[in-house]
Amino acid sequence: MAHADARRGAQGPRADSRVLDAADIARVIGRIAHEILERSHGPSDIVIMGIQTRGVPLAQRIAARIGEIEGTPVPVGSLDITMYRDDLRLRGARPLEVTDVPDVGVDNRVVVLVDDVLYSGRTVRAALDALSDIGRPRSVQLAVLVDRGHRELPIRADYVGKNIPTSHDQAVRVRLAEVDGLDEVTVEG
Amino acid sequence: MSAEVTVLRGARPYGEAPVDVVIADGRIAALDQPGAPVAAAAREIDASSLILLPGFVDLHTHLREPGREDAETIQTGSAAAALGGFTAVHAMANTQPVADTAGVVEQVWRRGVEAGLCDVVPVGAVTVGLRGEQLAELGAMAESAARVRVFSDDGVCVSDAVLMRRALEYVKAFDGVIAQHAQEPRLTEGAQMNEGVLSGLLGLRGWPSVAEEAIIARDILLAQHVGSRVHICHLSTRGSVEIVRWAKERGLDVTAEVTPHHLVLTEELARTYDPRYKVNPPLRGAADVDAVREGLADGTIDAVATDHAPHPHEDKDCEWAAGAFGMLGLETAVSVVIETLVEPGLLDWRGVADRLSTRPAHIGRLDGHGRPLAVGEPANLVLVDPSARWTVDPARLASKSRNTPFAEREMHGRVVATFLRGTPTVLDGQLA
Amino acid sequence: MRHLLSAADLSRDDAILILDTAGELGRVTDRAVKKLPTLRGRTVVNLFFEDSTRTRISFEAAAKRLSADVITFSAKGSSVSKGESLKDTALTLEAMGADAVIVRHEASGAPHRLAHSGWIDCAVVNAGDGTHEHPTQALLDAFTLRHHLSGGEGALDGRRIVIVGDVLHSRVARSNVLLLHALGASVTLVAPPTLMPVGVDTWPCQVSYDLDDALPGADAVMMLRVQRERMNAAFFPSTHEYSRRYGLDTRRAALLADDGIVLHPGPMNRGMEITADVADGSRSVIVEQVTNGVNVRMAVLYLILGGRAETDVWEMSA
Repeated sequence: MAHADARRGAQGPRADSRVLDAADIARVIGRIAHEILERSHGPSDIVIMGIQTRGVPLAQRIAARIGEIEGTPVPVGSLDITMYRDDLRLRGARPLEVTDVPDVGVDNRVVVLVDDVLYSGRTVRAALDALSDIGRPRSVQLAVLVDRGHRELPIRADYVGKNIPTSHDQAVRVRLAEVDGLDEVTVEG
Repeated sequence: MSAEVTVLRGARPYGEAPVDVVIADGRIAALDQPGAPVAAAAREIDASSLILLPGFVDLHTHLREPGREDAETIQTGSAAAALGGFTAVHAMANTQPVADTAGVVEQVWRRGVEAGLCDVVPVGAVTVGLRGEQLAELGAMAESAARVRVFSDDGVCVSDAVLMRRALEYVKAFDGVIAQHAQEPRLTEGAQMNEGVLSGLLGLRGWPSVAEEAIIARDILLAQHVGSRVHICHLSTRGSVEIVRWAKERGLDVTAEVTPHHLVLTEELARTYDPRYKVNPPLRGAADVDAVREGLADGTIDAVATDHAPHPHEDKDCEWAAGAFGMLGLETAVSVVIETLVEPGLLDWRGVADRLSTRPAHIGRLDGHGRPLAVGEPANLVLVDPSARWTVDPARLASKSRNTPFAEREMHGRVVATFLRGTPTVLDGQLA
Repeated sequence: MRHLLSAADLSRDDAILILDTAGELGRVTDRAVKKLPTLRGRTVVNLFFEDSTRTRISFEAAAKRLSADVITFSAKGSSVSKGESLKDTALTLEAMGADAVIVRHEASGAPHRLAHSGWIDCAVVNAGDGTHEHPTQALLDAFTLRHHLSGGEGALDGRRIVIVGDVLHSRVARSNVLLLHALGASVTLVAPPTLMPVGVDTWPCQVSYDLDDALPGADAVMMLRVQRERMNAAFFPSTHEYSRRYGLDTRRAALLADDGIVLHPGPMNRGMEITADVADGSRSVIVEQVTNGVNVRMAVLYLILGGRAETDVWEMSA
């Protein structure tokens, strides 16, 4: 609770617990960058694609970290999966965000999809559909900051920042400086 | 004619001091101090706090029979009239076949007598088939059993100036009157609603005020020129009120009517694109509504006439352009007058009697209607409860059609009882 | 947004949301796979009581790119021409499971009636009603204007747009005045007084009878189709006089701002309201309008059939 004022305005009286702070997130991103490089034997074929919204800054950070390690920039882009969701009827429309495919494209590349939280797996399923309409990667991998369990589809992450067991009625809230002004992950409720 | 004696206990003639009204042999037999003893056989009706007025006379009703019995019949229309407090209605000529011969007007008149709920007074067409080409046999209709005195091509304007002149002149022979549907046809081709800012926004073809006012001005001048009287149907604009006022100030023999809907509704309702609000002449602006209320209050406008226009459901349950013109009016007329004129203090009950009964009866030359509330006069009477509030349920109207613009609207005041020559046609707000 | 009946229903934010969405969807048009799965299993009915090949095809393409099932229902040769009412047609479509009806009708307000009469429950999109409105045309015009005048982002604040022609009978003009005003543009309507609606002085725009006076420095001019038959109803004396006073030729097009553009909703009367060299010239964006039409209509269908969602709900389901 030492950082309570940093969450000012957050959800009422219920106790929220911070599971990752800024330093944790930076460390996790560094680790994932290394793991990606190890698994793919070098950066030459890698394209990092962040899933909108918070997957995008995470993707950019991972790409930047890989660039630092290897000394060459890694192509990074963004993927908006709104139009590929299977829950339009339930959730309604929302504004579209940018899908930005790096100039090298995704054909025959190793595409690493990046998202903040892995939960039901439906977002990743939609992202795979969106990706297949853009091109044909050699392989697709998945990196997430948090895996909170409760999968509804046969999907797993290749790189996980932190596994956080949760119940359905809890909310995992990821805040990133680029979007929210600070870095932290909390479990609420 | 009722053989029995009826006493209306404590009724207030013209809203004035209560009296017991004794009705016998179809006439007002006595106006007694309240509580006076009467014959033991008398039927007594508690009329305390009810307003007693002469039975209403509608100069402008569409009963649709013959031809469109799916929309209204003389029977159902007469019932609606009685429930609205009317003891006489003028049945417009635009039936199928058109009421342009003695045969048709007599048939309408007879069916009205058979229905027996109010006097159905046929209006004769001015021109054969309402086609505006050749005068109908106006004299034959006047001499028929129906004794037609009002002639109108209503629904269509007698736009040909020469034909109008001849008609105005011709009916002088039997004290008839031409009731003009004032609508310059070329200015209103394809017109859908009042022409103004709103018609421009809604993309509906406009029906400009000038198309009404130009014909009224022309016909007043024509009537003056040939020394005839002329009656203006459903006057709807501020300009029309001003023209009629101008004419009356000069002593010209012009009379005019306004509909209940033009007293209370405005063109804003067209925003719904719901043809329930489509009518001819169209609903106008708020300034026009104010002007017709004022005109009715100061006597410029002589009468409230319903232009009761029944249409079957499918003719209104459609897009605006395909919808039929017209709305029901008989069962809601007096409530509109109470709300828009009596309650704001623009018209007292004598004024209501004048505009809903005396003057329209005089325009139509109906002897037995629109008479004073006095001993010896025919007992064509209506009892009104001015404080009642009721909500219009289209399904419960007596009219065969449902196209009221007042559905779900709370109305002010209602008709409790109606008597036609002493016989109750309505009691406790229900058909007797 | 449940229905799209009038441009008047769109706030500035609504309009920008649609244009932004159309912008993103436009990128799909550039890639190899042009189809999105978004409306799979949904049924969109094209209900065209009036012939309009280009609008019908545009909506059809938009719905198909979103994977909706499309039923096209044209009045000609159908039960409508046998006197079936709008209501009965609507009930038939509802019974077929339509999720959205795109309606073109010669009666002003017909889409409004479909949406509000209680006959049917599905979403209604106005594809042009009588002389009332054509909101998706205005949206595609705004999209085109924004692309050229505002770098494809935000609104049109301060831009001056001249709309010329038969304003009286034009649903395109009505919708454009409302929408472009909402987006901050300054609109001037130009027409002979006979072709101006009553009350146009109360619209959120300027009104002029003089084209040469209105054009200098304008960022865009939109020419409306003028039917030659109007001449017979005395709206103007001759096509020659109309062209001379209100037609767009090379000289007049040169009066626009340096990067000013020329729009036309089509179909054009070449030689009447616009000369061929201007229609095909470098300022003309008329062909582009067609492409943008598909993107804008995809955005409208997506936003209407999607309804609105709460962002929180969305994030929790990730």
